[in-house]
Amino acid sequence: MSLYTAETRRLTKRRFSRFFLLGVVVVLALIAGGMFFSNQKNTPEVVAAAQAKADREFQQAVVQSEAEKKACAAQPGSDCANMWTPTRDDFQAEWYMPSTFDFREQFGAMETALAAILAVMAFVIGASFVGAEWTSGGMMNLLLWRPQRIKVLSTKLGALLVTLSVVTVVISLIWTGIFAVIGNLRGTMEGMTSGAWQSVMLMELRGLGLVLFAGAVGFGLASLGRHTAVAMGVAIGVVVLFQFGLGTVLSLAGVKFLEAYLIPTWAAAWVDKSVKLEDWNACNVSPDGCVPDTLTITWPMAGGVFGAVLVLVVGLAMWTLRSRDIT
Amino acid sequence: MSAVLEIQGLQKTYRSRKGVRKALDGFDMVVEAGQVHGFLGPNGSGKTTTLRTLLGLIRPNAGRMAILGREVPAALPEVAGSVGAIVESPQFFGNFSAQDTLLLLADAGGVERARVFEVLELVGLRDRAKDRVKTYSLGMKQRLAVASALLKNPRLLILDEPANGLDPGGIREMRTLMRNLAESGMTVVLSSHILGEIQLICDSVTIIAAGRRVAAGSVAEVLAQHATSSVRVRLESAVDLPASAAALRELGAQVSLEQDHLMVSGIAQPSAITRTLALRNVFVSELAPVSVDLESVFLELTGTAPVAGEHRQVDQTVMAQAGPAHGGWGQ
Repeated sequence: MSLYTAETRRLTKRRFSRFFLLGVVVVLALIAGGMFFSNQKNTPEVVAAAQAKADREFQQAVVQSEAEKKACAAQPGSDCANMWTPTRDDFQAEWYMPSTFDFREQFGAMETALAAILAVMAFVIGASFVGAEWTSGGMMNLLLWRPQRIKVLSTKLGALLVTLSVVTVVISLIWTGIFAVIGNLRGTMEGMTSGAWQSVMLMELRGLGLVLFAGAVGFGLASLGRHTAVAMGVAIGVVVLFQFGLGTVLSLAGVKFLEAYLIPTWAAAWVDKSVKLEDWNACNVSPDGCVPDTLTITWPMAGGVFGAVLVLVVGLAMWTLRSRDIT
Repeated sequence: MSAVLEIQGLQKTYRSRKGVRKALDGFDMVVEAGQVHGFLGPNGSGKTTTLRTLLGLIRPNAGRMAILGREVPAALPEVAGSVGAIVESPQFFGNFSAQDTLLLLADAGGVERARVFEVLELVGLRDRAKDRVKTYSLGMKQRLAVASALLKNPRLLILDEPANGLDPGGIREMRTLMRNLAESGMTVVLSSHILGEIQLICDSVTIIAAGRRVAAGSVAEVLAQHATSSVRVRLESAVDLPASAAALRELGAQVSLEQDHLMVSGIAQPSAITRTLALRNVFVSELAPVSVDLESVFLELTGTAPVAGEHRQVDQTVMAQAGPAHGGWGQ
């Protein structure tokens, strides 16, 4: 327990962790501020003004349409029967309203963004937490005090994951609260039944899972390479090689569902419950017309893949620490 | 006295694409309780590998080790609380202060926090304890390293080059500290290249070369084993040196002709020298017995004495007297 407390203190005392967290909070504050100022609540006055504007536009369109029909009829041989005639449905009041934040519809995207940002933070902090210890010699010092390699690394990982969990839960709750306020002041909270709130909570729970996964993988990669730069290098390599490179190659090769080979798709499937990929090169005839082939990636599928990667990376990190000399 | 540290037949081989290198080749070492023990060897001789292996950082290929009577590495978690160590250069996280660094170690090791302030005082870092370690000089980092090793109030203290980077005052303080610790009952193992220091403060030494023990025992014993009854002879006139050397060789002495004097050994009584030379009308201006010091023994045993016109390479040592030395396992 004393080792766990010491490692938690070491993590929270590090300036890098603090500054990175501060940076993340600033970015999140800017996003929330942007959403607050770019949305507006639809008060009866706003709705009435939008309705009036829609009516005016409709009337103008009717007048213009009639004038064009008259001009058309004046020209012999012209086919004027198919000319467009404005209807009320073409000028709906909501199209003339300012952007409004519909919590039920839009908070999911905000939650995905939060999970992605916190996952990046977790990866970097996780990698630097153990990487800096290796490069500064702190890990060797610690192992002289506690010559139980697996216990030391596990405790470090545990301290990291618990701290990340606390940070993620606190930030997620604040994030949800802020967007509930934005929904109330600059939009609507309509449809937020207990079931909808439960869905939000489950989504945040999956977001927490993504954050912990990223933190543990960053930690594991830096442990394997005994340097923060190894984890960062692998991350950059994966992005460059697999995201851009593989994406381009698969696109050129005309591979079906190429998004299925890209990590963000799996992350989105995990957080959003599922992602449906469509192949528009395939056309399946149906009464509704051409229907593309689809592939649905569900959150259990994504969880399985992430779990396998997690076990592989962290397991390898533990095994190499146990078997390799510390020089 | 009981042995606090025992090593027998320790072997460590590094394999790489360049080939196989034996860092330790059946190394033996024994340190008795309450001693200050010097652990000497040239660069690359296996000192740090031995200490790292002993402390569980490196896995040996063969051999037995025990600390405080317990076999390690198996019992290392149990004895670690009684062993304070610094290995090689002091390394700490630069952005933490000395106080934070030691408090974190104390927390991790279950040591009373008050002990942190005691050791900071002991190594002279009290007034700089809240400064970041990256602002410290090498000597200050060295003091911090010693403080971290002392934090547990260990029964066995292992220090690798503790005087590295210290100013002359710091070296003297360190020497006094080591003696005081030994007097308080702590056993100190000291690896150093400052042989004068080792000779001053150590009760016993182990000398390692090419991964094997080449000498061990009390400092006096090691010096005595390698002492030569050499006598330095200066003459009134240096012109007489060659003829005098020849005359002394006729007596059965071993004589080496130096630039302005002779080194003579193998003669029971120095008076024989003066008598022989006086008979040839050559008069002695200085006749001085040459006392052996640890440095010369070290250079002789490890074969690392500089040779004019040669550039010795790091692994270039001479395995002198590699046979069984004193003080093996269980002795």
